[in-house]
Amino acid sequence: MKLLSPLFAGLIFGLGLCLSGMTDPQKVLGFLDLAGDWDPSLALVMGGAVVIAFIAFRAAGAREKTFGGGPLHLPTTTTIDARLLGGSALFGAGWGLVGLCPGPAIVDLGWLDPRAAMFVVAMAGGVVLADAIAPRAATGADLEALKPH
Amino acid sequence: MHIDWPNFTPWSALSGGGLIGLAAAWLLLFDGRILGASGIFAGVVRPVSGNVGWRLALLAGLVVTPALAGFLFKTHPPHFDVSWPALILGGLLVGLGTRLARGCTSGHGVCGLARLSPRSLVATLVFMALGFAMVFFTRHVLGSAG
Repeated sequence: MKLLSPLFAGLIFGLGLCLSGMTDPQKVLGFLDLAGDWDPSLALVMGGAVVIAFIAFRAAGAREKTFGGGPLHLPTTTTIDARLLGGSALFGAGWGLVGLCPGPAIVDLGWLDPRAAMFVVAMAGGVVLADAIAPRAATGADLEALKPH
Repeated sequence: MHIDWPNFTPWSALSGGGLIGLAAAWLLLFDGRILGASGIFAGVVRPVSGNVGWRLALLAGLVVTPALAGFLFKTHPPHFDVSWPALILGGLLVGLGTRLARGCTSGHGVCGLARLSPRSLVATLVFMALGFAMVFFTRHVLGSAG
């Protein structure tokens, strides 16, 4: 199993989150506080990331394979339904309550802050809760992973 | 609207965003995967056999970065200003919501927008709107420190 490459992606991702300010809840809440002293910095994070990722997706789309010749696992769902809207609304409410989204929360575990750990444990609980109240249909990726190798 | 100029950090925000985009490009072009933190995390919480190793490797990379970032960028430890119950409720909402919507700030907000996915654009607009609304509620309606 190839582990070095995703480990490296995680390192670059984490460094970007740290440098950008996304890992500091105070910075995030400052961005989300339009009515107070608004800090627009984090809009530039998404802008910078989307521009680079856009080029990568164009390159990958043209190749239809990874550099190693492997398959691209791209999402196939295109439906805009209550699940997408409700889920995104709940996520946004939680993000605005604490100032952490999933990536930065996991990075902040590395600061050995018990509050980051509590947040990540609660996040895991939220995943389990989602599967309990609204089990999703198996996706193509799930079925592919269940096939005997 | 009043801009908080003293805390405005355009260059670190832009270059940090660039690194996030590079990480998404790397994972896509070398591993064929979407860089979506909530999905990668959820795939470890509810593992599907044969699809866990790369996720654990990526999450390990995330967890070690504060040690590097403190040294490279003089990044400060995070500053939390919420009560424990709010912290737990927030974590639950983030885990629940991203699992239902199948994506978060990275999966929908970065990769989805970069793929020009209408589904991800809708998700991003909704979670941004609720993020703004929640901070307005906690800071300006309840009047707490947030």
